[in-house]
Amino acid sequence: MPAKSARDLVAAAFERANVVHAGSEGLNAILWSDPEAAHNEAAKVDRRLANGEAGPLAGVPVVVKDNIATIGSPTTCGSRILDGYRSPFEATAIRRLRDAGVIVIAKTNLDEFAMGSSTEFSAFGRTKHPLDASLVPGGSSGGSAAAVAAGITRVGLGSETGGSVRQPAAFCGVVGVKPTYGRVSRFGLIAFASSLDQIGVFGTTVDDAAQVLRVIAGHDPRDATSLDFPVPDYDERLPDLRGVVVGRPREYFPDQLDPRIAELCDRALDRFRELGATVRDVSLPNTELAIPAYYIIAPAEASSNLARFDGVRYGLRVTDHGLRGMYEATRSNGFGPEVTRRILLGTYVLSAGYYDAYYATAMRARTLIERDFADTFQSGIDVLFTPTTPTPAFPAGSKSDPYEMYLSDIFTVTANLAGIPGLSLPIGRVGGLPAGGQLLAPHFGEARMFAVARALEQALGGEAHR
Amino acid sequence: MSVRETAAPDAIPAAHADTRYEMVVGLEVHVQLLTRTKAFCLCATNFGAPPNSNVCPVCLGLPGALPVLNERVVDLALRAATALECRLHETSVFARKNYFYPDLPKGYQISQYDRPLATEGHLAIENAAGEATSAVRITRIHIEEDAGKSIHDRFAGASAIDLNRAGVPLIEIVTEPDLRSAAAAGAYLRTLKQLLEYLEVSDVNMEEGSLRVDANVSARPVGAATLGTKTELKNLNSFSAVERALDAEFARQCDLLDRGQRVVQQTMLWDAGSSTVRPARSKEESHDYRYFPDPDLPPLVVSADRIAQIRRHLPELPAARRARYRSAFGLNAYDSEVLTASKSLGDYFEDAVRAHNDPKTVANWVMGEVRAALNASKREIDQFPVRPADLAELLDLLARDTVSGTAAKRIFALMIESGRGAAEIAQREGLLQVRDDTALRDWIEQVVVEHETEATRCAKGERKLLGVLVGFVMKKSKGRADPRRVNQLLAERLGV
Repeated sequence: MPAKSARDLVAAAFERANVVHAGSEGLNAILWSDPEAAHNEAAKVDRRLANGEAGPLAGVPVVVKDNIATIGSPTTCGSRILDGYRSPFEATAIRRLRDAGVIVIAKTNLDEFAMGSSTEFSAFGRTKHPLDASLVPGGSSGGSAAAVAAGITRVGLGSETGGSVRQPAAFCGVVGVKPTYGRVSRFGLIAFASSLDQIGVFGTTVDDAAQVLRVIAGHDPRDATSLDFPVPDYDERLPDLRGVVVGRPREYFPDQLDPRIAELCDRALDRFRELGATVRDVSLPNTELAIPAYYIIAPAEASSNLARFDGVRYGLRVTDHGLRGMYEATRSNGFGPEVTRRILLGTYVLSAGYYDAYYATAMRARTLIERDFADTFQSGIDVLFTPTTPTPAFPAGSKSDPYEMYLSDIFTVTANLAGIPGLSLPIGRVGGLPAGGQLLAPHFGEARMFAVARALEQALGGEAHR
Repeated sequence: MSVRETAAPDAIPAAHADTRYEMVVGLEVHVQLLTRTKAFCLCATNFGAPPNSNVCPVCLGLPGALPVLNERVVDLALRAATALECRLHETSVFARKNYFYPDLPKGYQISQYDRPLATEGHLAIENAAGEATSAVRITRIHIEEDAGKSIHDRFAGASAIDLNRAGVPLIEIVTEPDLRSAAAAGAYLRTLKQLLEYLEVSDVNMEEGSLRVDANVSARPVGAATLGTKTELKNLNSFSAVERALDAEFARQCDLLDRGQRVVQQTMLWDAGSSTVRPARSKEESHDYRYFPDPDLPPLVVSADRIAQIRRHLPELPAARRARYRSAFGLNAYDSEVLTASKSLGDYFEDAVRAHNDPKTVANWVMGEVRAALNASKREIDQFPVRPADLAELLDLLARDTVSGTAAKRIFALMIESGRGAAEIAQREGLLQVRDDTALRDWIEQVVVEHETEATRCAKGERKLLGVLVGFVMKKSKGRADPRRVNQLLAERLGV
């Protein structure tokens, strides 16, 4: 990517951020940035470049979702409960990016603790869609998605638990990647639901995202769930898609799907055929279990993961009568309504007498969903193609019923439950708003997923943004 | 070590037992594993470090930090489970035990719940004759991390938290309700402690908290098949506290039952000061821990190879060692037990026997002089200045009559003091046995003159006075004279 100096690239990013009003008065995509620190870091990278020591992404500016620990800035998770907290250590993904010469220019807004699909549930106010301030950018990684879509940086980091990169990527018209579970270290990613969480990547193009993933992927001895599996270059380019079998799972094309999105998907499938791919209708019969299973497993893990925010050691402390009073006052004041709702839900489903009915049942459903994918990929399907979301970006405040909001993740949560990689890329516009198409691949099938995505991206050309 | 003194568990009646009721006890023992680093991070585990100095983002539960299992923990836990003859599970699962407490940084403790590392073991308890008289069944052994320490009495109006202990590896060893008296519980605990020490899996030091005991106790009419309602006893900080608390709680339960009242299932705290039990406040009561598998840690899989490896490297255990001392060294049950009380004492004994092949004499010296010196100096055998080879050198001198028994004890004392060898001390202090007849006759003449009365009476037939006169000669020689030769020469001199 880099041809200019790191300082030029960083200066351009800040200039663009000013132009698009990325701060709290405008898009509210950025929670923290320090131009001077970024400039100094860029100067260091330039010196490394001059000495021929710089890494593969030297000077590339990146925005980072604010639930990923960075040194030199706050890490807020979009929550008041982490008021004043500064991480004494950095996420492995960030370390790897810095080693490669990447410069973190901003921490971006998110739904509190990544719980949401619209970036409306941030303690620091909602992020606006770059094309229409009345709309949501999607979420929970809405800040990074909006920043990349607005052209501030070409790449950004987000995190996924149920679609929090792919869904805002689709809404904002950029590429979003959720890697295989275990592909990227979670060390330094503040946990929402540990068995589902993965750091994901936004890119202006498939190439952008692939290059960043290549740098952050790989085994990390500090994350017992990261897997020791070779990291390919992710730069494979196929002249055509002959021999590639693309599956079209019927459960992802329901009647409620916005017909205009369905049309764009059909167009993309036509492009696949034109490239020589075989498109085959398939079924993933347990898909309907995904949302209920997800909304048991994710809150259950969250209720435990968020127990550490208790006012004892760091972050917010609100004193009240005694220890119990302090706990209650701190957590009641520190967490917003959506986080509170999920903690309550999670606490409930893990309670004595309910565990088997809820958690154990949800885990069985998860196994069925995993098996659906395994069977499908085993039957000769290379990748699956689906819409990323059932609708384009929706107006802020329009989903007051939590369950309705949860349904906007209906096509994305399955990949998190199954641990497989997924990618959303722009496939056209609906009433001027971007729509995303999703590719799903088998575990550690990112290389093939990127190759197919590149082929589609190229075949669609300008259509992807029309 | 008094494993044997407590004998067969059912042979000893509980101190306050109503003869109409039977005590039923199960024990939960938490054992801190002897690792250099914590269970899920690289922090040190040393006791007594300044508060909150052995901590890092992982054991502080900072956001984004993740646990990674210390494999040494697994090895030590497997070693204990193997020695307790448990069924080892190829796959076990770490679970989160969720509760809020200021010394629990993550708001949950990493433990194992429905899929523990090991189940269904047992520990044999021996009687005074060294015979296994009963076996206590082990329900389960699981791995968990410790919480930090809350200090409530240091600062006025505030509690302090020390998180050095947070994340330190433990195993919990749970028994079936197989114990029928406080003494039986004590015997089990002492046997277990000795076993763990032999295995080198733990310091088993109750004062430093590396071994902690909770007891479940109930009372039932003698002959009843079903169990009574149990209570859980906590705050037991020594084995004798366990025994006394069990007796006190059993007496309380018997009293309730006698009056036709019900025992309430609850947690009771032992108060060593007043020797009574009292109910724990409700917040010390059981919680709904909302256990679920820890998604940060993959299931723990132990291969058959690894288990075989552990089994191969299992040291000789106390019971086997006692049996060997009886058969190979011809020692009696009592001596075998005393010498095997700790692994290091047994090692000391065996090293000395290797250098001085007279097990009975070595045993007497180790049990007598060595242990007395250790007690007097409050030292552990590992720090004792007289090493096994040094003791053997002394016993060699004694066996060859180069020094007398009296001199040997004097030399031993000087060896402890100076750290010098036995021969050197004997030489330097003039404690080598004198067998030169000229020198011996010289002392005999002096004694005959000084104790004329006794000498005359002896010469006239009071033979028993010969020993007294030998004693005078020994005293005059400062213990250096060879007593047997003195005896001969004195008899000759007096014509008896």
